[in-house]
Amino acid sequence: MKYLAGLLTITWKDITAEFRTKEMSTSMGIFALLVMVVFGFALRPGAEETVAVFPGFAWIGFFFAGLLGLSRSFVSEKMNGAMTGLMLAPVDRSVIYFGKVAGNLLFMFVVEAVSFPLYIVLFDVPAPQRPGSLALVAFLGTLGFVAVGTFLAALAANTRTSELLLPILLFPLAVPLVIAVVSMTRAALTGDFTDTASWWRMLVVYDAVFLVVPWLLFEYLLES
Amino acid sequence: MMVGAKSPSASRVFHASRRSRAPGTFWTAAMAPAMLTALYAIFVYAPDERVMGAVQKVFYFHVASAWNGILAFLVMFIASVGYLLSRRPGWDELAFASAEVGEVFTTVTLLTGPLWGKVAWNIWWDWDPRLTTTLVLWTVYGVYLVARHYAGTEVTPGQGDGQDASRAAVQAAVIGIIGFADIPILLMSIKWWRSVHPVLLQGAKMNIAPPMAWTLGISVAAFTLLYVGLLGLRLRLERARREVRRLLAAGLAGKGVGR
Amino acid sequence: MLHATGVTKRIGGRVVLDRVDLDVVPGEAVALMGPNGAGKSTLLRALAWLSPPSSGQVTVGETRLPAASPGARSQMGVLLHHTFLYESLTGLENLVLHARLHGVADPKRAAGQWLERVGLTLFAHEPSRTYSRGMQQRLAIARTLIHRPKVLLLDEPYTGLDLDGEELLSGLIRQFRDGGGSVLMVTHDLETGAAVSDRFIVLVRGRVSGEMAAGAVSRAGLEELYRQGRAKP
Repeated sequence: MKYLAGLLTITWKDITAEFRTKEMSTSMGIFALLVMVVFGFALRPGAEETVAVFPGFAWIGFFFAGLLGLSRSFVSEKMNGAMTGLMLAPVDRSVIYFGKVAGNLLFMFVVEAVSFPLYIVLFDVPAPQRPGSLALVAFLGTLGFVAVGTFLAALAANTRTSELLLPILLFPLAVPLVIAVVSMTRAALTGDFTDTASWWRMLVVYDAVFLVVPWLLFEYLLES
Repeated sequence: MMVGAKSPSASRVFHASRRSRAPGTFWTAAMAPAMLTALYAIFVYAPDERVMGAVQKVFYFHVASAWNGILAFLVMFIASVGYLLSRRPGWDELAFASAEVGEVFTTVTLLTGPLWGKVAWNIWWDWDPRLTTTLVLWTVYGVYLVARHYAGTEVTPGQGDGQDASRAAVQAAVIGIIGFADIPILLMSIKWWRSVHPVLLQGAKMNIAPPMAWTLGISVAAFTLLYVGLLGLRLRLERARREVRRLLAAGLAGKGVGR
Repeated sequence: MLHATGVTKRIGGRVVLDRVDLDVVPGEAVALMGPNGAGKSTLLRALAWLSPPSSGQVTVGETRLPAASPGARSQMGVLLHHTFLYESLTGLENLVLHARLHGVADPKRAAGQWLERVGLTLFAHEPSRTYSRGMQQRLAIARTLIHRPKVLLLDEPYTGLDLDGEELLSGLIRQFRDGGGSVLMVTHDLETGAAVSDRFIVLVRGRVSGEMAAGAVSRAGLEELYRQGRAKP
């Protein structure tokens, strides 16, 4: 109970700060859109090949936008040594990790919810056949990305060149997630779920592994 | 305590490095005949493959390197866990050394694979689960090594940067562990994913002719010796570095090196 | 109370703290002085278990660290060089955040009261980015005290404060001490230190070089202790 209260307090702090500055959500949203504009020049809307590659491009847009947010995520924690203040609180320190994950998850969901319909319209892709499954895929995919990304952002924040380190740490580790989430998105868009059981399993396993491993290791990142 | 070339600590470093030269020489002595035997087996003993001819021989290097790349990765993971739990610099040095040697083997794997693939499949590269996994392995090694570099293990003269060094080691260990966590997930996918990559072992039976199997066994053994030998050399270098850092820090602190 | 024995901190190959023994009883304020680089800030971070000592023991109240350290953390109020403030949050929100994390009952009311005590009520709804250094320090002081700790660890708490602020802080420290709390404060200023502390401890090269009662403290006496500390092998 105390754990959950601490976690929500940290999420509340990030959301309050974001509401005030709107730094992260606006730049993430604009970036997600700009990525699509660039792809728009490369692809013919409505063409068969566009529909085929659309799930991949959509997730590139989300992940790039997410990366932008994640790389800012620990800036406020470094400033004035604020993270040290959180470490002094009488709660388990993994609360800080899960609190940040919840906040980042929320920011990414907002960006996805706004930009995905736009993507569909811009590329003239048929409306999703199975919106429920699509939402679930988006949730699991985003959760995995944010879980590993928040952890690596915390790690990178303690190095001299954090903004360089985060993307090169994050993308190799996200490969299994990208493979699974793109396949599942294609299935949810077309309604063709043959041979997808293994991808569901992979998404769930990935999320579980990359929530548990950071939970075990987070305290080590805070040391100095 | 007296400061100078004759101080006990300086002579200890000297003797320590002499002592540790012995196993190095041993491994070099063991490695040379092993590698020569492997080369003989590959190029003289093993028959040419019926369809592919001599190009197939790249396979012996490929499999032996791939195995050692994975072995080195496992060693890096175990050493990283060991470092976080015990905080002994020796574990950190082992992880670092193993990652560096492993990256070399994985590079060899990634270079030899396409040579074979171009002849067998008529393509250099395919987004096959095994190929993808190896590429991810290679990037994770790369990231580990790059992160170590960024985190800065070097002593800045005049600062005696000990804190940075231990922090860099913790960060590297964390990357080593979380990077490793990716691999089982990818390996799982191999079972589910349609693959063009040949499978060597099916149950207890090997899918190649006996002389080829023998040759493969010999080259895997020889390459494993090579891995252990290189690891030993790399570890020795890392220990010498640590000793130099320690002496430098002691010197900078204006204290006798004997402390 | 705060009790430390044999606190040693090695960073890299260097010994930064060397077997420091320390005792601050309830109702006592102790000033920690020493030349630059003596290890004063490192000592505070080690006592707060932010940068745990390599060896040695620290007891806060009844709890020995780091056993059940989340619980022990609630008994400490820690003010270091950094203010720990979020610049996008208002003064009130910053305090509410820490009150909530520490499980203070009715965080909003406690935050409001503390803002008033440090004289920032007018600026309660301004982002802390807009505060001057002195105002940020006042806010940080409120943040340190809001969860009613038993032990205060302060690292040069007078930094950036104006005359009113100094008086305010001295008052708060005295009040805290008289209420049975223990204070350990790093300071460079002999006068302000003497005004609120009962005792001076001098740290030189990571070792306790000596101590003096606040009444007997003098510049010459301190310099002598610095010299003795440096002369030790």
